[in-house]
Amino acid sequence: MNDTFDIRNMEAHIEVHKFRGGAIVGATLLALMFQAFVPVYFEKASMLDMPLLITIYFGLSRRNPSTGLLLGMMIGLLQDSLSGPTVPLGLYGIAKTFIGYLASSIGARLDTEHPAARFALTIIFFGLHQGIVLLTRRILLAQSSTWFTMHLAIAALVNAVVAVFLFMLLDRLRKS
Amino acid sequence: MVASRHKSIFLLAGVVVLQILLLALQIKRDAEGRLIRVWTVGAFSPFERAGSHGIGSLRDTWRHYFALQNTSRDNEQLRRDNAELKMKVDQLQSKAAEADRLALLLNFRKSHENVPLLSARVIATSAGTASEGIVLDRGSKDGIKKNMGVITPEGVVGKVVEVYDDASEVLLLTDKDSGVGAMLGDSRIQSPVGGAGEPLLVMKYVANDDVVNLGERVVTSGMDKIFPRDLPIGTIAEIKPGNPFKTIRVRPSANLARLEEVIVLLSLQPLQLKQTPPEPVKSSGGENKGAVPGSGNPTGAAPTAADPKTAAVKPQ
Repeated sequence: MNDTFDIRNMEAHIEVHKFRGGAIVGATLLALMFQAFVPVYFEKASMLDMPLLITIYFGLSRRNPSTGLLLGMMIGLLQDSLSGPTVPLGLYGIAKTFIGYLASSIGARLDTEHPAARFALTIIFFGLHQGIVLLTRRILLAQSSTWFTMHLAIAALVNAVVAVFLFMLLDRLRKS
Repeated sequence: MVASRHKSIFLLAGVVVLQILLLALQIKRDAEGRLIRVWTVGAFSPFERAGSHGIGSLRDTWRHYFALQNTSRDNEQLRRDNAELKMKVDQLQSKAAEADRLALLLNFRKSHENVPLLSARVIATSAGTASEGIVLDRGSKDGIKKNMGVITPEGVVGKVVEVYDDASEVLLLTDKDSGVGAMLGDSRIQSPVGGAGEPLLVMKYVANDDVVNLGERVVTSGMDKIFPRDLPIGTIAEIKPGNPFKTIRVRPSANLARLEEVIVLLSLQPLQLKQTPPEPVKSSGGENKGAVPGSGNPTGAAPTAADPKTAAVKPQ
């Protein structure tokens, strides 16, 4: 495996990873549980967006835009459902649908196994995700939100760092 | 390859359009999509409850058996007592200024004796940053209903916005859509306090001419018909002149970021003070002279939805 973030001309050269049975469902449910449960005891954990990281990882690994966007949609809608009645169903659903699609599209063209690539991509996807959520809130829900805060920037970095280690852990669920 | 790419783009467009339609339906009709919420919360809450109890048991074991056995328990009891005393002292300080207010306090405490309270454990928080909420391990089976107030001994927490069989969702005061009828502890100036999606609350509609001091207590006004008067909400943390109202930020009394156990006010009846009969109490201030007996409004002002200073908690 090449350790660099190299662009391939032939999509066929990129390996499509298969996972053990129940790995995707299990990881998704654990991520949602983490998001809803852990911040009760560790307030700072709310900075992490585990469902987003799971969407990015499986998008990059499966490398199929159709399954990537459908997985993103499912994760997003479940997160919406667990976010309380003031969050309409579809807010995170739309954002994660786009992220699932983009991650799997990029995964089909680039080698994204290197930690540096994963770090950079997570920051980009985190920003994009926040942007889509914010646009949806502003345009569709007529809610005002600030575009950029220092808290968001720190959250992007924290998520990227966690993603590097989480993705290594999730790599172990791949079928060899 | 090209056909496959087009297929996925069409699928993306279709899925996004469907979700936008779902959003639009929810905006128009509030009940839309409720079923999936019920299913999801119903499916997750047993795991969250089990996790909460598991962690609680582990922590209790550590605290009570491995670390400082009895000291930890005594400390916990003392902290609970201290929290209760703090609430009582806050209420007493608020009422002790004038004899009229002292009489009202006695009635207030009497009226509280009849308010059924239910303690509940926080088993989850909102799964995203778009809203500020918590999930409790008690639901309609325990008598919880929508719009009931939620407090801790330190102060107001929020109100119940969704109820399921064994769980309920609470919208915290810090949420953008949240609000509570409030007044300043010293000057008794009334103005609703709402969330801004950040740790500090915002007190609206206080005119620039009104005198407000940093550190001044903010308490419930009772005008929202959810919380009784004089429950602590927070303290003034920031004051800036604005147009036409001051920009006032309030630091919540309750630690809304780390809630583990809360108290639900199990009553949908307006929790009002009983008016004292006119003869036993000498009126020392001018504020209550115009009060309407039995109206539950000692200022005598009739609260209206159009009056921002008497606005109740926003309906969802």
